[in-house]
Amino acid sequence: MGGAFGSQADGAASFVLAGVRVVDPAEGTETVRDLAVVDGRIADPAEGPARDARRIDAAGLVASPGLCDLHAHLREPGGEGSETVESGARAAAHGGFTTVCAMPNTEPPLDEPARVAWVAALGGGTPTRIRVIAAATLGRAGETLTDAGRLASAGAVGFSDDGAAMPTASLARGALLALLPTGLPLIEHAEDPTLSAGTLMRAGPTATRLGLAGWPSSAELTIVERDLALAEETGGRLHLTHLSTAAALEAVRRAKERGVRVTCDVAPHHLALTDAWVAGDRGFAWEEPGPLAADPFDAPIDRDLAYDGSCRVNPPLTTRRDALALLDGVATGTVDAIATDHAPHPAERTAVEFAAAAPGMIGLETALSLGLAAVAAGCLTLPQLLGALSTRPAALIGEERSLQTGAVADLVVFNPTASWLVDRPSLFSRSSNTPLRGRELPGVVRLTLTGGRVTFDDGLGLLR
Amino acid sequence: MSMQAVAGTWSRRHLLDVDELSRADFEALLDRAVALRERRAAGTLGEVAALRGQAVGLAFYEGSTRTRVSFELAARELGATVVNLEVAGSSVPKGESLADTLRTLERTGIGTVVLRHSASGAPYMAARATGLRIVNGGDGTHAHPTQALTDALTLREAIGPLDGRRIAIVGDVAHSRVARSGIHAFTTLGARVMVAGPPAWVGGFGSWRGVEVAASLREALSGADAVMTLRVQLERAAGGGVSSLGQYTADWGLTEERMEWAVPGAVLMHPGPTNEGVELTAELAAGPRSLVGRQVANGVAVRMAVFSSLAS
Repeated sequence: MGGAFGSQADGAASFVLAGVRVVDPAEGTETVRDLAVVDGRIADPAEGPARDARRIDAAGLVASPGLCDLHAHLREPGGEGSETVESGARAAAHGGFTTVCAMPNTEPPLDEPARVAWVAALGGGTPTRIRVIAAATLGRAGETLTDAGRLASAGAVGFSDDGAAMPTASLARGALLALLPTGLPLIEHAEDPTLSAGTLMRAGPTATRLGLAGWPSSAELTIVERDLALAEETGGRLHLTHLSTAAALEAVRRAKERGVRVTCDVAPHHLALTDAWVAGDRGFAWEEPGPLAADPFDAPIDRDLAYDGSCRVNPPLTTRRDALALLDGVATGTVDAIATDHAPHPAERTAVEFAAAAPGMIGLETALSLGLAAVAAGCLTLPQLLGALSTRPAALIGEERSLQTGAVADLVVFNPTASWLVDRPSLFSRSSNTPLRGRELPGVVRLTLTGGRVTFDDGLGLLR
Repeated sequence: MSMQAVAGTWSRRHLLDVDELSRADFEALLDRAVALRERRAAGTLGEVAALRGQAVGLAFYEGSTRTRVSFELAARELGATVVNLEVAGSSVPKGESLADTLRTLERTGIGTVVLRHSASGAPYMAARATGLRIVNGGDGTHAHPTQALTDALTLREAIGPLDGRRIAIVGDVAHSRVARSGIHAFTTLGARVMVAGPPAWVGGFGSWRGVEVAASLREALSGADAVMTLRVQLERAAGGGVSSLGQYTADWGLTEERMEWAVPGAVLMHPGPTNEGVELTAELAAGPRSLVGRQVANGVAVRMAVFSSLAS
């Protein structure tokens, strides 16, 4: 496995993928046909220019609109040892993403227009479009709202104090109102710190068994219900990120029915992994539970895998029941997007006591693969998965992902059944913190096309 | 009636918890503890000296009196050189990670480390990150395997085999490593466990096979052959779902009179240190039912048995 990277600044690509399975999530269709790109735009394969373009045998491959991540920590500025915009953009292109939204909890935070513009500009020469979520409050201190208008002019596509929710209902209300003229969402990390303080994993039998303080579902639900009430009352635009409980998702579903302007995303690790992983179980949520997942009290915990700091994440890995409810939410559309919450950390911050581990795991390079595993298990259809990874999140930040003739070609092409080993040297992120490390996952990205430019190519020969 | 079907998977490389010990492993360790105790009393431990030429490190990141002293004595009695890592005077306050500190001990030639740490799971990380043999001396709110073995031995000698016996564990079970390892030990040895205390301190334990949650102290003690009460962490009583210390004592405190709810001759255990007047009366702690003194005395024997059972 290798792969070469291009950049958005390269020349526009022309080629024909012969016999590729084209998934159009907007239409809900899968069609095996020829897909032509001429000068960076989708073309009619029967027309003259396409007939002159290079023809690539793409039998067995899937082509989809390029993936769009609403939630990634690129760590620049301040955390360049874990990731940079450049390395994160490469990891993203390797994972099939053409757009990544950088979260603002950097050091210093992205709370000023110049910082937002700077991070967006850093993305310019990379393989991936970098959009920026601005901090909702100055210094992410939860006291004074940032200047939404100027931040939006600098390129911000949303506002969030991710890592924490708006600390008070009145500030959340103020933010929703202040953002109204921009048309941009308040992106909320729904967690009540008074309920989650000191907790280390999801409350439940595994937490009880392991002696790790449990994060209750109410920590998420109370903020979700609060913010839904505020969005309903103000008409403000609310996006709830990394929802992790069936109860919160149900609240969102009902609010959507009432017409509240709310959208939400879930993280791939909350769809596939479960709290039993903290005890050393390694089964996916949809698989027949192994002994530790079935009854954590009745099996010895796994000496080699238990308390692995790379399983610590916030919100914590969820129960199997919640994971299956979230998957159902993706299938039915209540969940608008799968967003990675890519959170790179150096090894010295995760290969430590569980309570000392930095929460979060990398996700840009494994999101599509985990989704494809869920598709293979019958939990999702391919159009449902790719809609949640591409067209639907893209629409939330005003980006188009069209397969119509004449549209800018923004694509990912992957082999859905080939597998790859999640480990160095296959990972392009600067960090390797994921409990999936060392595991074979399905789904090998062969080509990523960002704005008509080849930005990642694994063996198709489109990059010299 | 055995509640535990899981076969023992103990590698004997480490002792991280008792959850991987089979019933036979338990019996063998307790028998060995008895034999070593006898040899110690007879002054013939020198013939065993299982740790002669070995260095054992005690890395206690949390305070302890009886556990640390009994580990130290056990190691010395078996001929080991014992090194105490004085955490306060070590590189730990300079920010050295646990794994780095333990690797340093390993490089000095120490082969076995007894680790006590406030983080649940720390011994598992230590066992993976180093080539040391790790004995868990108590990790966070997770496990305290040598205490569980000590309690199992003390109980076996006081009331006989635990098959079909009922053991009540009263107090802050949720935050107790002693309770968790105790539950594993007692249920593996065939006993049934009743846990009891304020709802915030016993929640979730009812789904543990062989364990029931009692709604009152009287229900917990009814039919109990042995009662273990846990130390109330005074700072936890303030915020953690208990209205007051006085209310705790009124609802869950053990007295001679309340022990009458248990079967005649029922015994009392406490992992120490006790808060007399809170979770039990001074009279009870010092009385004829109390096994507290035996628990401490058996601690050295059990820890000798553990050291000498680890594979070299």
